[in-house]
Amino acid sequence: MREGMFRNLSGCAISGIISKSGKRFSGQRIIDSITVMHERSNGLGGGFAAYGIYPEYKDYYAFHMFYDNRTAKKECEEFLEEHFDIINLSKIPTRKIREITDEPLIWRYFVTPLPTKLAESQLDEREFVARCVFRINTCIDGAYVFSSGKNMGVFKAVGFPEDVGYFYRLDEYEGYCFTAHGRYPTNTPGWWGGAHPFALLDYSVVHNGEISSYDANRRAIEMYGYKCTLLTDTEVITYIIDYLHRKNKLTFNEICSVMAAPFWSTIESKPQEEREELEFLRYTFASQLINGPFSIIVGFEGGMMALNDRLKLRSMVVGEKDDMVYVASEEAAIRVIQNDLDKVWSPKGGEGVIVTVEKGKI
Amino acid sequence: MKRVYVNENWCLGCHLCEYYCAFASTNEKDMARALKGIKISPRIRVEEMDGISFAVSCRHCNEPLCVKGCITGALTRVDGIIMIDKDKCISCYTCVLCCPYGAVSPSEDGAVLKCELCIKTYSRTPMCVKGCPNEAIVFEERGE
Amino acid sequence: MAIDYIYPDYEIVRNYDRCINCRVCERQCANEAHEYIESSNKMVSDDSKCVNCHRCVSLCPTRALKIVKSDHTFKTNANWEGKSIKEIYKQAESGGVLLSSMGNPENYPVYFDKILINASQVTNPSIDPLREPMETRVYLGAKPSKIERDENSRIKRNLPPHVMLSMPVMFSAMSYGSLSYNAHESLARASAELGILYNTGEGGLHENLYKYGKNTIVQVASGRFGVHKKYLSSAAAIEIKMGQGAKPGIGGHLPGKKIVGDISRTRMIPEGTDAISPAPHHDIYSIEDLRQLVYSLKEATRYTKPVIVKIAAVHNVSAIASGIARSGADIIAIDGFRGGTGAAPTRIRDHVGIPIELALASVDKRLRDEGIRDNVSIVVGGSIRSSADIVKAIALGADCVYIGTAALIALGCHLCRSCHSGKCNWGIATQREDLVKRLNPNIGYKRLVNLMTAWQHEIMEMMGGMGINSIESLKGNRLMLRGVGLNEKELEILGIKHAGE
Repeated sequence: MREGMFRNLSGCAISGIISKSGKRFSGQRIIDSITVMHERSNGLGGGFAAYGIYPEYKDYYAFHMFYDNRTAKKECEEFLEEHFDIINLSKIPTRKIREITDEPLIWRYFVTPLPTKLAESQLDEREFVARCVFRINTCIDGAYVFSSGKNMGVFKAVGFPEDVGYFYRLDEYEGYCFTAHGRYPTNTPGWWGGAHPFALLDYSVVHNGEISSYDANRRAIEMYGYKCTLLTDTEVITYIIDYLHRKNKLTFNEICSVMAAPFWSTIESKPQEEREELEFLRYTFASQLINGPFSIIVGFEGGMMALNDRLKLRSMVVGEKDDMVYVASEEAAIRVIQNDLDKVWSPKGGEGVIVTVEKGKI
Repeated sequence: MKRVYVNENWCLGCHLCEYYCAFASTNEKDMARALKGIKISPRIRVEEMDGISFAVSCRHCNEPLCVKGCITGALTRVDGIIMIDKDKCISCYTCVLCCPYGAVSPSEDGAVLKCELCIKTYSRTPMCVKGCPNEAIVFEERGE
Repeated sequence: MAIDYIYPDYEIVRNYDRCINCRVCERQCANEAHEYIESSNKMVSDDSKCVNCHRCVSLCPTRALKIVKSDHTFKTNANWEGKSIKEIYKQAESGGVLLSSMGNPENYPVYFDKILINASQVTNPSIDPLREPMETRVYLGAKPSKIERDENSRIKRNLPPHVMLSMPVMFSAMSYGSLSYNAHESLARASAELGILYNTGEGGLHENLYKYGKNTIVQVASGRFGVHKKYLSSAAAIEIKMGQGAKPGIGGHLPGKKIVGDISRTRMIPEGTDAISPAPHHDIYSIEDLRQLVYSLKEATRYTKPVIVKIAAVHNVSAIASGIARSGADIIAIDGFRGGTGAAPTRIRDHVGIPIELALASVDKRLRDEGIRDNVSIVVGGSIRSSADIVKAIALGADCVYIGTAALIALGCHLCRSCHSGKCNWGIATQREDLVKRLNPNIGYKRLVNLMTAWQHEIMEMMGGMGINSIESLKGNRLMLRGVGLNEKELEILGIKHAGE
């Protein structure tokens, strides 16, 4: 069984760290944070998203791939060569450890779309790349792109998150932002692609919860050309963010007002201008309202957003120290890496925490 | 004070009010047992002509002519409700003649019959009001 | 003639131990089924006149009456049932088309009854609507096609014409003429109190009811009765009626004897003339013609009101809906084959059209497949019987439902299916003054408000159980549904899994 063949519900732990000044730090810190929440995972999935880790290739899309076998790899590479200029390719370095087994072939490609192909497609570059990712994931059996952004990468596997971090040598990477996920699925998937974060282009999502609006969100987003192949909440949330941010150019603040829209009674109590704007967003993006418990951390180029569902049915704590912002399911996961916090608070339901790196600092 | 009012717009002429009224004074639990085989003497009566109908019962006037005319003091006004003391009534029918609404009527048991808003029965809402299927009879406060 | 004699379907049973000869049955039966015999001081009944409307049963103060199905029978025959035989006798005598009222009563599958709703357990908390906010507000209308910003990069709030409802229910089109004035007033007042809409049907809008315009959908049907500028501009939305679930493909006919007084004035036709709505709109012979009418109505109302196009659920409903979604309509209303009617040819009512559940599922899917679901809202009717049907319809993909029969039942209708006789004992489907007054709108509107309030509570309970606190998260959320006893094809069309999957 793998994701996509059934709907897999899970509880989880999430954590995220970002430096507002764009200072790069080691991935060891996020491993330390997520390790504290060992109890919130059950060894059936862990992963990380890391931003600012490929400065030398920052103008290229970094594709992280799982292959089930060599045939899939061959077929996928043919597809890549046909559509992209491949600047660099390699195996993703890993450590062999007892806790992580049954690994697929894990490869990394730095690519840029072939100008002729891109022109032919009449699409903008990011849409072209997104569509190629969908093509590979739905059409090439045994090949799966699990990371496709620039200057960022997702690392995930079946296992406890701390083991996954060690396995991928995350301690050897440096970035300005990391997010992490430990999974507690109610079913037993054996597939690495089903672990989280889920990512499309530079958007990555780690999510704790189980949304009750799933099929409403899925059927709505699929109308805009997305294909939900994994049947997970995280996948559909990622697509919603991509749809709202990349396609509709909403700000992350506006995105929070869509995904965790204020109640109508709250909207009505606002001053006219704000009220009309909130009404407009709820009217227009009614199908992108996410209902049911969730806490998510969204990574994107140059920033990070944390958001709870509007009733705050999942725990989430934010801490600040100097230029660093920490978000985690539990305060302990922040304290373990930074006990001396300037500020620590639990954001209210539907209150987004959006942190962006100062301009020009990456 | 709450009074019974009728609205001829909604009166269907079904005469149910008369039966509920008659039933109200029987102290029986079951209307079939109470009224089976009896010719009823209700304190409310439906007047009908040319497709218009409405129920008439005592208005409980502020200046009641029936009370004024009563020669034995059987009719009295208590808290706005005009009551009949059957023991005092001698069936002279002065009240029947005085009442401009025809809301007092003779009866077979001697004393006159008139609406007392069901206060002598278990019900707090007059039974004619309760039994009206179309809210044509209402019990409400409309000021004096 | 003796061969035409048909034994009554129902018998009036009177318990003489309980009958007190109050004669309310006699006074209340417009069909004159009851009679008081003075000489014997006894009530008698004529079963052949009874339509089984329960007026006498309901008003009898001593519970002395009941109606039972007659056990008189033809020789048992699985093929030739009594109903078929009797219909032949009637037609052999009259040479006419059989007429019926209200929705299709035949034994076709009711898909709503084969769909079950989900609830949260453990992994996701259910929400208590008594303690947490629970939102049932819906908007109907097209979604903006793109986001535009002003020079301060604020979003331009350019919403297309739309209506807002406090809950996803509206009262469906039932004309003044087919319904009594008091029924219309009840619907209008209830809508205003509830914050929803009712629909005039094709009989125009009585002048007294213009004040409820904010809660009114005005209909433009093939007969164009009562349509004028003020009518259009007084409303919250305009509905073009292309078809009706009870009688797809045919028009309507209100006999001249019902076209009296206010009805003739409201419909703008002379007293005593038959009000005949043609089967098609004679200016709409194709989809491009529909587009013209949609835009004519929009022009007439300066693009301030959403336009609804109502169609009957027929075999290729999804293709038709797809055409309508591209024709400028803001809302599509689909009426299933169980939808009600004041009068329809029996054969058409009982044999034409398809179930609303299947029509809805396939239209919703088709519009999504084509990427045009945001162009329109979908409203479905044609037999929504309870709040559970509403929840199922929304989860299948509807934005809102229309209720007609359920509203009439709240007003007192006992589904005797004799509307076409014009002698509705409950004052709903009649113009006879003495009968119309039996429906007191002060009672009627309150009962409608009560019913909707109760359903809203139930909808909230079911939503809360699913862990959903806003109705938009239920819309099209088919994972919340499971089928029972449905075959693969039915599940595929409904887009749901079987229970246990």
